Amino acid sequence: MKLQELQTILHATFVTGPDGWEETEVKAACGSDLMSDVLAFVKDQGILLTGLVNPQVIRTAEMMDIKVIVFVRGKVPGEEVIELAKDLDMVILRTENPLYVACGKLYKEGLPGSREDI
Amino acid sequence: MPNVKLHYDIDGNDFTVAGQASSNLKKVLKQLGVSTEVIRKAAISMYEGEINTVIHGKGGAADVEISTDKLIITFTDHGPGIKDISQAMQEGFSTATDEARELGFGAGMGLPNMKKYSDALNISSVLGEGTTVEIIIHLT
Repeated sequence: MKLQELQTILHATFVTGPDGWEETEVKAACGSDLMSDVLAFVKDQGILLTGLVNPQVIRTAEMMDIKVIVFVRGKVPGEEVIELAKDLDMVILRTENPLYVACGKLYKEGLPGSREDI
Repeated sequence: MPNVKLHYDIDGNDFTVAGQASSNLKKVLKQLGVSTEVIRKAAISMYEGEINTVIHGKGGAADVEISTDKLIITFTDHGPGIKDISQAMQEGFSTATDEARELGFGAGMGLPNMKKYSDALNISSVLGEGTTVEIIIHLT
């Protein structure tokens, strides 16, 4: 799924990202507010949907080679978070959708979970 | 591959900078041409260790030794120590503060994750004196 399509599905607002971010293709996603679980269970690099907005979200994504983060529930990241994401060439979007609904909408449109081997 | 030694001081008072050492290690390993899979294991183990050193150790240090066949990361802190190491290794057991939980950690997955992503994990701790955690990851 291209990020442009994802943005439309989630009615998401663009926050930051390198030029051409809309054309980035993502193949899997995970949704979690628990960064330790992201570190433990996420298998394939994809996008992270979360309601947490602190620099550790960006750091966690960095460790997992996740390049796209969607902040849900209308959360607004601070400047520090945005700057860190810029340094790492990450894409940040934000949506008013709650986590469950955002994940459900993307799954329904064909974007699978980062782990489906359970 | 040349032998490389790195030292990182870990600030125990500022949660927002936790992860900088892990980020740097990841970059160094990339520059050294280490495989993606090993980099991932090292980055996750290092990051969990760094977070633990902030949350539980009240700060400390991480020393990294990279040789031809393995990577050794040693965390040392002078925090309160671990009362029962086997209990601390159980998934879900945590003594973390609310502040750590608000940041998405403190769910009792730190040490289990470090064990999962390393090839050997050695912990020694003395109550009231501190903790040393050694992570070994094979490069080949």
